[in-house]
Amino acid sequence: MSAEATKAQERPVTVELAKEFGLSAEEYQNALDILGRTPTFTEMGIISVMWSEHCSYKSSKVWLKTLPTTGPQVICGPGENAGVVDIGDGDAVIFKMESHNHPSYIEPFQGAATGVGGILRDVFTMGARPIANMNALRFGSPDHSKTRHLVSGVVAGIAHYGNCVGVPTVGGETNFHPAFNGNILVNAMTVGVAKTDRIFYSAAAGIGNPVVYVGSKTGRDGIHGATMASAEFTEDSEEKRPTVQVGDPFTEKLLIEACLELMETDAIVAIQDMGAAGLTSSSVEMAGKGGLGIELTLDTLPMREEAMTPYEIMLSESQERMLIILKPGREEVAKAIFDKWELDFAVIGHLTDTGNLVIKMYGETWCDMPIAPVSNAAPEYNRPWEPTPKASDVADSVFDGYSEELGDMLTKLFGCPDLASKRWIWEQYDSLVGGDTRFMSGQADAAVVRVPGQTKAVAITTDCTPRYCLADPVEGGKQAVAEAWRNLSAVGALPLAITDNMNFGNPEKPRIMGQFVGAVQGIGEACKALDFPVVSGNVSLYNETNGEAILPTPAIGGVGIMPDAMIAVGIAFKNEGDVILAVGETKGHIGQSIFLREILGREEGAPPPVDLAVERRNGDFVRGLIHEGLVVSSHDAADGGLIVTIAEMALAGGIGAYLTGFDGQHVRVLFGEDQGRYVLAVRPDVAATVQEKAKAAGVPVTVLGETRGTSLSGRGGEIVSLTRLREANEGWLPTYMAAEL
Amino acid sequence: MKAAIVVFPGSNRERDAVAALEAVSGTKPHLVWHRDTELPKVDLIVVPGGFSYGDYLRSGAMAAHSPIMREVKARADQGVRVLGICNGFQIITEAGLLPGALMRNGGLKFICRVQHLRVENTDSPFTAKYAKGQVVRYPIAHGDGNYWTDAETVKRLDGEGQVAFRYIADEARADPRGNPNGSVTDIAGIFNAKRTVLGLMPHPEDAVEALHGNTDGKPMFEGLVEALS
Repeated sequence: MSAEATKAQERPVTVELAKEFGLSAEEYQNALDILGRTPTFTEMGIISVMWSEHCSYKSSKVWLKTLPTTGPQVICGPGENAGVVDIGDGDAVIFKMESHNHPSYIEPFQGAATGVGGILRDVFTMGARPIANMNALRFGSPDHSKTRHLVSGVVAGIAHYGNCVGVPTVGGETNFHPAFNGNILVNAMTVGVAKTDRIFYSAAAGIGNPVVYVGSKTGRDGIHGATMASAEFTEDSEEKRPTVQVGDPFTEKLLIEACLELMETDAIVAIQDMGAAGLTSSSVEMAGKGGLGIELTLDTLPMREEAMTPYEIMLSESQERMLIILKPGREEVAKAIFDKWELDFAVIGHLTDTGNLVIKMYGETWCDMPIAPVSNAAPEYNRPWEPTPKASDVADSVFDGYSEELGDMLTKLFGCPDLASKRWIWEQYDSLVGGDTRFMSGQADAAVVRVPGQTKAVAITTDCTPRYCLADPVEGGKQAVAEAWRNLSAVGALPLAITDNMNFGNPEKPRIMGQFVGAVQGIGEACKALDFPVVSGNVSLYNETNGEAILPTPAIGGVGIMPDAMIAVGIAFKNEGDVILAVGETKGHIGQSIFLREILGREEGAPPPVDLAVERRNGDFVRGLIHEGLVVSSHDAADGGLIVTIAEMALAGGIGAYLTGFDGQHVRVLFGEDQGRYVLAVRPDVAATVQEKAKAAGVPVTVLGETRGTSLSGRGGEIVSLTRLREANEGWLPTYMAAEL
Repeated sequence: MKAAIVVFPGSNRERDAVAALEAVSGTKPHLVWHRDTELPKVDLIVVPGGFSYGDYLRSGAMAAHSPIMREVKARADQGVRVLGICNGFQIITEAGLLPGALMRNGGLKFICRVQHLRVENTDSPFTAKYAKGQVVRYPIAHGDGNYWTDAETVKRLDGEGQVAFRYIADEARADPRGNPNGSVTDIAGIFNAKRTVLGLMPHPEDAVEALHGNTDGKPMFEGLVEALS
């Protein structure tokens, strides 16, 4: 390859090329104005990814700024690779959730695998050893022709990557809805731990300091991946397969170990992974944050393919690569570590005082433009938006003429795709490597992972109820945060902070933008009321195919802390004769409930409202009881209402329940999805104490029955046996997937 | 008891093995890097789980040819106890310390769950603390655990007391599922002829403390400490 051959491949830079690269005519004109000339082909490519929705957050930034991001526990909020929160004793937890939706739809195995790889790098680049992975998945209708293939590929991809790197995948959630038929969601979260005095940031410093490239070689994969992620899908999305990257978890594992080993020395000034927009975003962001220039000479950069051009190298999204600014003279120390781990290591440039990004190769300069003006000029839009009209509540008349047996209804619900056991999925994930996992998946409301070498533990959950968000984005956003907070409280953890992964449709449509704005408002309100700030996040827009948008899905990843992993309680009933208590008030809110959808076949009404003060009072009460050792089993009452919650606890423990608390109650009370509620099982000798404490705290607590036998039963005899419920619950997904051809 | 754990690029359960050995023996095991050619003087060598060399080519195949494995084989010949867990089982089998081979799971999927096993032979320091026929629960986490050898070898393994553990289905228990991977005659772990080398797919090191939900793996390490101290 030569300069001449490179030039022969380049195309004239025009407004048409800019549009092809995803920019508008106005944005192109802006680029001309900043540079005072026509950009080179390489510069045009770089500007287009820097200004893509994916990298610039141009539609969302103005609203994200309104979210609460601070608190005494927060060490580093949004803006770095991941959020950093203090967990005491000089330790910090570092976490983030990120989407890989578009790639996973086009190529489910590699798309999901590289999603896991990318989020892992965001966390260990800050100095943390990853201790847990989670994932939140939304697929289309099970009847859709692609769904089975997508479930199979996504799960295998996550398993392939997470299992090999040796980070336990400890939980998550999976939903199915026709709105995701053409655009699935794959949101992956990583949690790591670091020492508070050994956290690494991305701001470059020190003119002349060497810029080092480590990890895998660069190939032509993923070029313009960030641009793809910033546009709607159409019928021809299959043609975008070449923009999906290919992951190598083995290299990632070596990269984790090598980077953490290098971080034990004092050689690093700054470090960042090469994620979306690869070398472009890492070099520009690092130099930009430091207010410096950066000069790269790409000839020595490790390349996987022949004859690559500077444009291709700068836009490649090849995986498992990091960019490091070293202290002067520390190249040999660093190189020895990467040699040990058999990873590529190359000094590819240095920091300058020019403020410019300079790219040299084949003896010529391909890019020389000022970083700050281009970064600062990244478009920021306050797009027009319409609030979602409020739905009215569901009238009692929906129940008219309906008289199915309770046992039959429960069996139907336990076998419906959203409530069916996801064992088929989570048994493909190594959830135990590391030896610090307290619960197998499905055994507790939040995953509990001990901090390695200590007694304290981190609790982790991911939550969102997209059907609530569609009906009322504000309440839905609130609910997602409240449920994360509740799930952490339900295991006994003190909630600390969240990461938000905002998945929405095309923001250029006011209706969709209104969903985004509403969700941000709801999230912000809940975060403030619960002292549960946002410390990191990711926005994925344009989740539409042929104009059909997904359900608005602001997925919330919540993290909490507890002093001892063994304090945590799971959902399973443990003993016969324990008293079953409901904490919180039940009015029987049936709008947007699973019952309404699965039993009555209606998706309508307003979602359950969230009273944040009540949420906090009830959660603090439950957490307090757990810390006093008064609780045997604990489960938040969410999808399906109280009766489903109790049945889940019974199934998890293999012990049934004799229920008296529902006698004479309307079916709304059994299946209503009122918020801020928990079901607890406590030993009979402390039941009175718990009720007294509840009274003192002003928390409504009612006795629902006691744990007993191998079925759900009441004064009228058996309602349904656990065997029948288990068959329905465990049977659906394996049977569905076995039909794969 | 002095122990060494061999670490390959891609090993990922070495920390679990360190924690289990340290908890039971009170002594921190040596971590030996795969490029080292010498082992410290130890009573037990552990080849841990993970994805050595990314499982590329074939699980355990590349690690089996790593420089340190020559030394591991030499020590095994001298009677030093060797414990290969999961990927470690695959590696020591590929290295010829044990007969047979480990293939892709019958269901073609990675499986992580708690599995019931029956202890088949207690005449070894690995299994001395169990009762013959005792049912224990160890977690499994593997994609290539489908043990295969020919019928004649299975017969010999059974006859010579070289089958250490078998997967069992137990209808009386919460999760009754048996053989998870299609292994021949439900074999989960085997000894060499002298019963100084044990290879097994399940993870006793992840069942040693209350946090793990059960401590059925602990007697294995206690037996080793008692015999080798």
